[in-house]
Amino acid sequence: MSKKIGDVILDVKNISLRFGGVKALTDISFNVKEHEIRAIIGPNGAGKSSMLNCINGVYTPQEGSITFRGQTFDHMNSRQVAEMGIARTFQNLALFKGMSVIDNIMSGRNLKIKSNLLMQALRVGPAQREEEEHREFVEHIIDFLEIQAFRKTPVGQLPYGLQKRVDLGRALAMEPQVLLLDEPMAGMNLEEKQDMCRFILDVNDEFGTTVVLIEHDMGVVMDISDRVVVLDYGKKIGDGSPDEVRNNEEVISAYLGTSH
Amino acid sequence: MAFFLETLLGGLMAGMLYSLVALGFVLIFKASGVFNFAQGAMVLFGALSMARFSEWIPQWTGVDSLLMANVLAFVMAAAVMFVVAWAIEFLVLRHLVNQEGATLLMATLGIAYFLEGLGQTLFGSSIYKIDIGMPKDPVFILDGLFQGGVLINKEDFYAALIAAALVTLLTVFFQKTATGRALRAVADDHQAAQSIGIPLNRIWVIVWCVAGIVALVAGMIWGSKLGVQFSLATVALRALPVVILGGLTSVPGAIIGGLIIGVGEKLSEVYLGGYVGGGIEIWFAYVLALGFLLIRPQGLFGEKIIDRV
Repeated sequence: MSKKIGDVILDVKNISLRFGGVKALTDISFNVKEHEIRAIIGPNGAGKSSMLNCINGVYTPQEGSITFRGQTFDHMNSRQVAEMGIARTFQNLALFKGMSVIDNIMSGRNLKIKSNLLMQALRVGPAQREEEEHREFVEHIIDFLEIQAFRKTPVGQLPYGLQKRVDLGRALAMEPQVLLLDEPMAGMNLEEKQDMCRFILDVNDEFGTTVVLIEHDMGVVMDISDRVVVLDYGKKIGDGSPDEVRNNEEVISAYLGTSH
Repeated sequence: MAFFLETLLGGLMAGMLYSLVALGFVLIFKASGVFNFAQGAMVLFGALSMARFSEWIPQWTGVDSLLMANVLAFVMAAAVMFVVAWAIEFLVLRHLVNQEGATLLMATLGIAYFLEGLGQTLFGSSIYKIDIGMPKDPVFILDGLFQGGVLINKEDFYAALIAAALVTLLTVFFQKTATGRALRAVADDHQAAQSIGIPLNRIWVIVWCVAGIVALVAGMIWGSKLGVQFSLATVALRALPVVILGGLTSVPGAIIGGLIIGVGEKLSEVYLGGYVGGGIEIWFAYVLALGFLLIRPQGLFGEKIIDRV
């Protein structure tokens, strides 16, 4: 696999996040390069999701800055982050359960829709054409994720593994530059994990989408990531290629415990 | 037979009005997951502003025509409802993003009392009338079919037409437009909706506005039938069984639920009332709703959401 990794697209500098007296993140810095798959790993409670939520604008860190494509932001909400081209999936599924698969993924096109409300309602010229174009794009995603058979099914009725795919599909519909995946393989069986790995690699490969993913299953991550950040108790304890990280003393002790 | 039809039609017309109020509940619940206790207060507020503006506008501008005055009054009242919607979003909802349903319900309860008070402070607390020029005379239809025909109220008939038009419009809006889809998305999950770039604040203003207009139309029709007075606010309580029956998330459900309850009330009163000493009309809807809660809690058309534990 010969893919071209570009310049730094997302630069996280000295992030500290506290909830009252609890330090969720302490002085975390790392960067993400264009077109790479960057993993954030760590044991439970290491602060991985907090980190992702900072990038996504859900939490505002007390200290530090995040620079995306040369633009630094410290007070951003999720919507503004979405407008900048960062999409995400959720650890505990946050799909629109009552809506069909199609509608869920179509909702990811929200920011791309230009026609106004009145035109949409009347289905006149450009609005109709626009809707069709978006629908075509969404069909492409549905094919890609192999969920053709469930198009019209309300998402709440799908099995967990498929819901995870719809979650990914909704994020892909945004045509993001950076895709944040919060434990995309959590709770899956081996086969589902392999499918999900394939989708992530394909997205990265075909669309050149930069992927930042969180996982606490080391095995999966090491296989698909270009570089890995390791967090433990809110601190960064390792950063580098999977091989470097695997041989890092601190990382080994965080995962396996130390012998005293 | 003619008498049965008459009762049935009377029930359908009454039901249409319940539907209109229920629609307000459904709209807000669908789009923000909030059970809006203030819907009744909004009906009262809308009706009060409509009644007063249609009285004031001829005085201020010297407009003579009843139609013109009513159109202007409706526009003014709609503008008032827009300001109310915006204020609710800006002052209350914005600060309660991602809160529990119970918190939001309590907030709307507060809004309800505040609006009732504010409405009477601004517009006065006497009984006002709305005259939108609807013909009040009853007519006989189906003369040829039955002896003496069937008596219906023209006013009810027009009210039903207005309600039907409104419902069609809303269904198209929710099911066929991208904004409608965004509204449904927000209802299901605030955080996820934000993460795909849906502006929560704007969506909420839109939906409270739409609910405000629906409340205004409901208030206008009830008001022109019964006069605008404080008791309009309690109309909302009559619509509660309707939303339980039809399903909190379904626009068609609100309509059909309203019709079923309207008809059920009238028929049960007429045909069963005699055996139990009358008064069924008052509690019939609630018992029906209770039955539904036991058998089919999501209502006739509501979305059945399966939660994984």
